[in-house]
Amino acid sequence: MPSLDPVIWFFVLGIAAGVARADLRLPAAIYEFVSTLLLLAIGLKGGVELAREGSGGLPAAELVGVLALGFLLPLPVYAVARGLGRLGRADAASLAAHYGSVSVGTFAVVIGYLAARGIAYEGRAPVWVVLLEVPAIVAGILLARGRSAGVAWGRLLRELFLGRSIVLLLGGLAIGWAAGPEGTASIQPLFFDLFKGILALFLLEMGLIAAAQLPTLRRHGLFIVAFGLLAPPLLAVAGALLGRALGLSPGGMTVLATLAASASYIAAPAAIRTAVPEANPALSLTASLALTFPFNIIVGIPLYERLAFALAA
Amino acid sequence: MEQFPRRLLTVVTEAVLERELLAELDALGVRGYTITDARGKGGRGRRQSDWAQEGNIRIEIVCDAALAERVAARLRERYYDHYAMILFLQDVSVLRPDKF
Repeated sequence: MPSLDPVIWFFVLGIAAGVARADLRLPAAIYEFVSTLLLLAIGLKGGVELAREGSGGLPAAELVGVLALGFLLPLPVYAVARGLGRLGRADAASLAAHYGSVSVGTFAVVIGYLAARGIAYEGRAPVWVVLLEVPAIVAGILLARGRSAGVAWGRLLRELFLGRSIVLLLGGLAIGWAAGPEGTASIQPLFFDLFKGILALFLLEMGLIAAAQLPTLRRHGLFIVAFGLLAPPLLAVAGALLGRALGLSPGGMTVLATLAASASYIAAPAAIRTAVPEANPALSLTASLALTFPFNIIVGIPLYERLAFALAA
Repeated sequence: MEQFPRRLLTVVTEAVLERELLAELDALGVRGYTITDARGKGGRGRRQSDWAQEGNIRIEIVCDAALAERVAARLRERYYDHYAMILFLQDVSVLRPDKF
């Protein structure tokens, strides 16, 4: 059993401090700053890799496959939430949107994990994050609403595509790609050398946030607990299989499996809150933050790595 | 110093609604407002301000009584069912009536 990456211990510290109600709170501005740095660093790293590979970007099959994954992942989630969980239509659709969409925090942990083990993955991986964020949210809203009126699609899509994570990831990718490895040397100390330290701070805050969600778990019953822990590995299989079909490296398959397993806690809650107001916002957010995020970063990622290497062999 | 009566409408609600509400206020003809981040406890549990998803905002609007009523009625009709929102109205005095 490999020892836990130190950044994960910061997450555990955050959870423990939160549960114990320790006097520990990072100001909101710090969280914003740290997550901005992470998003830019991830984008820049991907851009530099793209420039180094000198490739024209994303193969068309990959574009279609990853987008399709984003649209399709919500369907089994919705079916299970309706059937096994006996959730109402709005709550099931909300859960589907959260679990089809992705968590950039989980992505940051998996690329840190792979880098620490010296496992290579496709440099364009941050593009997958961008592709996977929005489709599931759209699918979730369609599941809740049908194609009926009442959803201000124009404004909603604008807000989704101009959300912080997409703007910063794509911005970072573009800057990294344009500047290339030499051009980004001057900003390397902040964005690349300090990546793990920034990630540690981010995870400390995520631990506090996850701990704050724990008390609400009891209200939601057994289904949501089981779902939050069992859905990720099953969704990961879909991601890993798509990765193999697209001919990705084992590292890339691990990343795609992790993305499929991850659940959104920023873009999806905000969009669903305004588009599907009758859904209980705490239900999906608690599952995503208090169960799935910790599961993925502590247990899930090493599991998905083994799955990817087993599939590649 | 002459003082003029106006109404102060205070709205405490979910931060996620901010953009939508501001568009609504503009459409209703509200000329100005003040927004602050807020935290507290209410019918929908304790709400923290350190996590944007869960935060609250407080919107204060000073305007004439008729407009305050219209805004309050609209918000109540549109948001009370599904969102954490409270409204309250107070009488206030202003010194520059043309501003409000």
